[in-house]
Amino acid sequence: MQLLNLYNCLSTYLVIGALLFSFGVYGMVVRRTVIGMLISSEFILAAASTNFMAFNRFLAPDPTVGQIFTLFIMAIAAAEAAIAVSIMIAVYRNYKTIDTDDLVDLQG
Amino acid sequence: MQAIVCQPAAAPLLFSAEGMVGIIFLLTVTLVLAGAVIAVSAQRLVRAVSGLAVCFTGLAGVYYFLLSPFLAMMQMLIYVGAVSILIAFGIMMAAPEEKRGAGMKNRSLLAGPLAFSVGALMFAAMTVLGLKTQWQVFPRQGGSDIEAIGIALLTTHSLVFELISIVLLMAIIGAVVLAQRGRN
Repeated sequence: MQLLNLYNCLSTYLVIGALLFSFGVYGMVVRRTVIGMLISSEFILAAASTNFMAFNRFLAPDPTVGQIFTLFIMAIAAAEAAIAVSIMIAVYRNYKTIDTDDLVDLQG
Repeated sequence: MQAIVCQPAAAPLLFSAEGMVGIIFLLTVTLVLAGAVIAVSAQRLVRAVSGLAVCFTGLAGVYYFLLSPFLAMMQMLIYVGAVSILIAFGIMMAAPEEKRGAGMKNRSLLAGPLAFSVGALMFAAMTVLGLKTQWQVFPRQGGSDIEAIGIALLTTHSLVFELISIVLLMAIIGAVVLAQRGRN
């Protein structure tokens, strides 16, 4: 029953990480509000963390490095979410919307 | 050397303790994928945030399977407990709803399929890369429990630890300043 041994294989975790990353990229392009894009960016960061944890479990000689790096990614993600939400509130106060189609003052 | 690293390589029986662990792992992965699909495809943003929380809960389980209960706890605390709630508050304050028909005028019809193909292409490329590479396994040195993490965090990685504290402080101050500007 090879299916039940998946949790002991490195490739399972790499595939999970790749799936999360591609979900994040897809959502980043499809979403039309700033909050939706923020949610998608969290997926990209989570994919990176999953890869670090997987390599830490199976390959790394020092099994603390990957966990510490994942902790740093979590801290950066929390800071990023706080900054993004406050920027979004400031934008909403000025424009009364956070739809990305309406935020086109620069005519990009 | 085999391309796929499995430790241990032997598969367990279905009706054994290890087989039960394998079933729980499959359920955890299902939780991760279901949460990710909901978060990316839901029309209402509140549902997307709920999907995000579900996905990160499953991801905490995945971290547990990667022999790191500490990181699983941190995942629950920081992502499920803080980041999801923060985004939910942001949704409540700005009340954004994705318009279904009206907002589509500026957007090409190709955006959805194009985004899907880009995501699928990246997934395929990274999966092939992950499965085909000959990973080299190094012998373990030292433990991976909370004590080892704490010692490494305050000795080997102390500079990064200090820097991340400053980054978090700046983020807090910056968030307060940004959100307060223009308030009557």
